[in-house]
Amino acid sequence: MAIVSPGFTGRRRSPDAQLPPGQYLAEDFPVLTAGPTPRVTTDRWEFTVSTEVGQRYNWSWQQLMELPAEKITTDIHCVTKWSKLGTRWKGVSLDVLLEDVETAADYALVQSYGGYTTNLPLEDLLDGQAWVAYRYDDDDLTPEHGGPARLLVPHLYFWKSAKWVRGIQLLLEDEPGFWESAGYHDYGDPWREQRYQGD
Amino acid sequence: MSDDHVDGNALAGDLREIFAVDLTAATGRCAGCGYQGSVATLRVYRNAPGLVARCPHCEEVVLRLVRGRDRAWLDLRGTVSLEIPLPS
Amino acid sequence: MARTAVSGRLTWRVAELAETADLTASARRLVFDVPGWPGHLPGQHVDLRLTAEDGYSVQRSYSISSAPDGDRIELAVQRVADGEVSPYLCDVLAAGDQIELRGPVGGWFVWRPADQAPVTLVAGGSGIAPLMAMIRTRAAEGSRVPFRLVYSVRTPDDVYFADELRHRAREDAGLDVKLVYTRRTPEGSPEPPGRLGVATINTYAWPAEFTPNCFVCGPTGFVETVSDVLVALGHDPRRIRTERFG
Ligand SMILES: Cc1cc2nc3c(=O)[nH]c(=O)nc-3n(C[C@H](O)[C@H](O)[C@H](O)COP(=O)(O)OP(=O)(O)OC[C@H]3O[C@@H](n4cnc5c(N)ncnc54)[C@H](O)[C@@H]3O)c2cc1C
Ligand SMILES: [Zn+2]
Repeated sequence: MAIVSPGFTGRRRSPDAQLPPGQYLAEDFPVLTAGPTPRVTTDRWEFTVSTEVGQRYNWSWQQLMELPAEKITTDIHCVTKWSKLGTRWKGVSLDVLLEDVETAADYALVQSYGGYTTNLPLEDLLDGQAWVAYRYDDDDLTPEHGGPARLLVPHLYFWKSAKWVRGIQLLLEDEPGFWESAGYHDYGDPWREQRYQGD
Repeated sequence: MSDDHVDGNALAGDLREIFAVDLTAATGRCAGCGYQGSVATLRVYRNAPGLVARCPHCEEVVLRLVRGRDRAWLDLRGTVSLEIPLPS
Repeated sequence: MARTAVSGRLTWRVAELAETADLTASARRLVFDVPGWPGHLPGQHVDLRLTAEDGYSVQRSYSISSAPDGDRIELAVQRVADGEVSPYLCDVLAAGDQIELRGPVGGWFVWRPADQAPVTLVAGGSGIAPLMAMIRTRAAEGSRVPFRLVYSVRTPDDVYFADELRHRAREDAGLDVKLVYTRRTPEGSPEPPGRLGVATINTYAWPAEFTPNCFVCGPTGFVETVSDVLVALGHDPRRIRTERFG
């Protein structure tokens, strides 16, 4: 049995009924990173969707800016146990980006500058559930938080909301991403506490 | 702090929970660029859902360690091999 | 010296805080009794684990600053503003309290007294901790390996183990200590405050031709700068061992 340290609470408030199981409220916005922060300028930025038959669809930053954007207010849940309520974003819905894409794929592998990847079912990117976000709290998204643009899929644990997003590969078979191939859950629903494989 | 990595030395405790010998003194070879060096010289990023160790030469991921409640996952696909000193 | 156990998987042990005292206004020394402590090599660290009432737990690494001494180990902890663990260790944990730790760990950032090469130690702030263990072990073993310590701190009030270092610089034959102040120097000092640079390291560390073992420890940015300087001065990167505190 672990020794309890009296008076030790850690950097968090007590669990909250509004939150998924095992989560705590964070007041700040913790920065998590598995490597050096990629510095991608918008003139070099490009977003690519590729399909299972190798068809590619590209957007430059300019083209992304010309697409209709939405304002999103949402709760986010990180698998390292912090949650943040009512975060405010602006971005382009994946429904818009994938509108003209022809595919029979069921899965998506999201790719980032810096080499990060994460997988999820394609249907979780559709129907107003996912965005390519480029503004946070009325400011441009900083590199620390994934700028110039990150994926935002707030109904899944936040590691699915890939920072520095640069594309989505559509696949017929599910292919595990960076954390999913090292023990984390392929789907990652915070309300069912799907943290690790087998949860 | 976000970019603040530490040295491979910091992996020692978590690896010794799994292995009977100290793996940070082992010599590893990076699958990306062939860099050869002690595991202790890797760059370790800890502010993440797991520990991510990168090659100091090419920055590719060489080792990942995730600790679940009753399991650990060790991914070594970025490492060609480890040479582990043992007491003779 | 006690031999470090090299076999068997590591588990958490219960340690009891035996003594605690201020090192500086922002750092504390913590001495733990760890029943069954297997001994350690200077440079090694422990992982410390804190658990809250509801099971929430976190762990952090701390270097051992003491020479091997039975079941006792000393840590030197800097209080990091808004930190999750260090303020608890510095301000809340009291003598007699129990805590979990595991170690010693790390077989790379260690000095072995049998190695006769001269030693350069470069510390930034709390990075003195594992280097202090090396200095103390050297004395305890009666080693004659020549040591040079270059220790960078903000002001004269931020020197950990100030009295002991002053004393050892006088008494421990073959140990040189150079303090570098980045913000404010002692009264009457001819040198202005400044960051540790090539000139200082060139003057106070062993030259590359002596093929010294170099141990560099402190905040990540500091360690990065110092190892770049050492490499630029011709030191073999394989002889530069680093411990970044983050
Ligand atoms: C091998 C090794 C040996 C070490 N030895 C020593 C030693 O001898 N002495 C020593 O003093 N230290 C040592 N350290 C550093 C030590 O392990 C801790 O990192 C240090 O004490 C800070 O821990 P903390 O929990 O107090 O701070 P943390 O809570 O980890 O915070 C560190 C900083 O990041 C910020 N931060 C982190 N997370 C968040 C968040 N969610 N939101 C906002 N801000 C955040 C904090 O504000 C703070 O500035 C060592 C580290 C390693 C790897
Ligand atoms: Zn490499």
